[in-house]
Amino acid sequence: MNLKLIGGAAALAIMSSVAFAGAGAVADEFKWMTFAVFGAIIAITMYVTYWAARQTHSTSEFYAAGRSVTGIQNGWAIAGDYLSAASFLGIAGLISLYGYDGFMYSVGWLVAYITVLLVIAEPCRNIGKYTLGDILAFRNNPKASKTVAALSTITVSTFYLTAQMVGGGVLIKTLIGIDYHVSVIGVGVLMLAYVVFGGMKATTWVQIIKAVLLVTASILLVLITWGQYGFSLPGFLQAVISDPKVQAQVAKLVGDAATNMTPEELGQRFLEPGLFLKNPIDQISLGMALVLGTAGMPHILMRFFTVPTAQAARTSVLWAMGIIGGFYVLTLFLGMGAAINVGAVNISSLDPGGNMAAPMLAQFAGGGADSVLGNLFLAFVAAVAFATIVAVVAGLVLAAASAMAHDIYVGVIKGDHASPQEQVIAARVSSVIVGIMAIYVGIAAEGQNVAHLVALAFAVAASSNLPAVFLTLYWKRANTYGIVAGMLVGAITAIGLVMISPNMTYPKAVLKDADKVLNGEPAQEAKPAVPAVAASSFTCELFAMEGCVASAPAKAASLEKPAKPGAADKLASLNEKLATLTDAKEIEKVKKDIAATEKAKKKAEENMKKFEGQTTSMMGLEKPYFLLKNPGLISIPLGFLVVIIGSLLFRDKRSEEMWDELYVRQNTGINAEAASAH
Amino acid sequence: MSQAEMNWAAIDADPRFQALHKKKLAFLWSLMIISVVYYFLLPIGAAYFQDLFKIKVWGPVNVGIVFALSEFIVAWTIAAVYAVRANKQFDAMAAEIIRDAHKIN
Repeated sequence: MNLKLIGGAAALAIMSSVAFAGAGAVADEFKWMTFAVFGAIIAITMYVTYWAARQTHSTSEFYAAGRSVTGIQNGWAIAGDYLSAASFLGIAGLISLYGYDGFMYSVGWLVAYITVLLVIAEPCRNIGKYTLGDILAFRNNPKASKTVAALSTITVSTFYLTAQMVGGGVLIKTLIGIDYHVSVIGVGVLMLAYVVFGGMKATTWVQIIKAVLLVTASILLVLITWGQYGFSLPGFLQAVISDPKVQAQVAKLVGDAATNMTPEELGQRFLEPGLFLKNPIDQISLGMALVLGTAGMPHILMRFFTVPTAQAARTSVLWAMGIIGGFYVLTLFLGMGAAINVGAVNISSLDPGGNMAAPMLAQFAGGGADSVLGNLFLAFVAAVAFATIVAVVAGLVLAAASAMAHDIYVGVIKGDHASPQEQVIAARVSSVIVGIMAIYVGIAAEGQNVAHLVALAFAVAASSNLPAVFLTLYWKRANTYGIVAGMLVGAITAIGLVMISPNMTYPKAVLKDADKVLNGEPAQEAKPAVPAVAASSFTCELFAMEGCVASAPAKAASLEKPAKPGAADKLASLNEKLATLTDAKEIEKVKKDIAATEKAKKKAEENMKKFEGQTTSMMGLEKPYFLLKNPGLISIPLGFLVVIIGSLLFRDKRSEEMWDELYVRQNTGINAEAASAH
Repeated sequence: MSQAEMNWAAIDADPRFQALHKKKLAFLWSLMIISVVYYFLLPIGAAYFQDLFKIKVWGPVNVGIVFALSEFIVAWTIAAVYAVRANKQFDAMAAEIIRDAHKIN
């Protein structure tokens, strides 16, 4: 029966994608190639699921693949779980548009694994069973700690999941033109087939396959792009800084300051910090959330329960660090390669966030948009992107479902008295519930700005899960009261601060920008240079309080600016110009300008309509009150502090009695959950 | 090896376990602090020491790029240092405690 259903899901996914394909980055005549690659990947993963389903009967097999995954396999699976579309396509995109800052951004994602390696992986393998809740329940009150752990796991997974579903839907639409809803449902159905039938074993192998495909594709692309320059780093970067497209992009980014710079200076500026990341305090806040949040991510924690020993857990982090770090070094070449070969203008015309940089580079590397090989490469990268989304979502759904079934249903409702069969059924039913919820959220959140949800997921994990796990493992006095209070305060603070941060939509600013597009801007007089302003106090850097002087960067002197016409006037003059042109190249250029202006006009009109009459955000604010995009700087220390204070104020006998056993076991692995016979 | 047979408090108090605990904790903390400090030097340097980051050292390759690349090397090195030490020393110390765990009372 299982096989039939799995086959059905695969058929549905392929058929629906063929039926609903519209316009996308892949030209219509080459679409069959994309679907062939998609079909091949789906077929392989479905076979793996079929194979895994036959071996998945017990709870340990469903949640932890029978603890039979080797260290190296788990390392690849962690990389597959972690290198989401956001990091695979997003970071390459950031580098292609903003140069150095994009590369700098990637560093934190690797350093995060030092925390995982040093403080989390081995102890969790030694004392844990299936979930974050199991680790906390070891010495804290089981029902209380499993309830908060499950709440936090489901919250973090939902944020991350929403970002993946929405991002994935948009991505597939941009790449191959499949309708957004169909993409979301397709991803959801496939992922459900993997998780429900094959459990952790199928999820692990889907992640391994995806990681191998991703690394292969990246190495291939880098070989082609970097190979032209004889694998010389200065040679390659020299080509980057002398490229007129790169210089034009920098000129656009630095604005008025570009008038005093030579082309070489503009090019070199691409390799210097400050084109994208402006606020250093915000970056430190994000860095804290990454470095501490990864170790508190439930789907990453869960991966350490799949290996047989703590030594294997150690090996898996080492492999994961090698793969993830190596991949980020490759993105430097992917991003810079896209910047010179494709150009920022073309990349952002398909997607302003730069997500299309790597796929477009692939198309270029194979010979361009009209070549068969170029489209095969593009098809391959598109299929890898698709596999990426499915693999990451599967891991997240499994984590959320285990919290629901194992922590809440079995642990809290059934008081740990559930038959093995009942447990597996609960796990499968929860997976279906979470999966359907993921599809629903993905469709409901269409068109929403979800990019900040990934950072928020990390911030909540770092402020809520990590302090609780860390102090439970290493601090004798930690107890139930501290853990429960700390997790709640950490999570609520992180979410609350984001609600009043610049991540939210503020109608006044949106309306003002839309007005500028539609009605143009008045002429501006020349302005003298303005020196940087320091905030009047550190709190003023963080909050927009009364009497505060906000910090502002230095501004270079600007020249007189003529008035900018509104969109309608601009279109009229462009059309007029088009009529007089004869040169094919120039006509092409003006046509592109017209398309871009029409797009901007439509967007501005939509915004005008959407926010008409509104002056405040969801939270009733006209402008952000909390000035950082990431709340980690405040919510992480607060999470730790509340666990400590709560533990010191109240006493919990069980937490104290269990300390010796926990500490000995987490360090030695005595009585750790053993691998099953398979 | 059932759970009831273990005297966890006695194992915790055993000098061999205490030695493992002290060595491991000191080592982990020092690695953790080095990696965190080194990591945050990057955003701090990029924001407040831009003149330093802009100095060209190898063709167009500047200090900033070298420093960002060195972050990868340092992260891998710290991981390798930990793995070598854990494989050689901590595992052996733990194995001895596991072997005698029943006898420690």
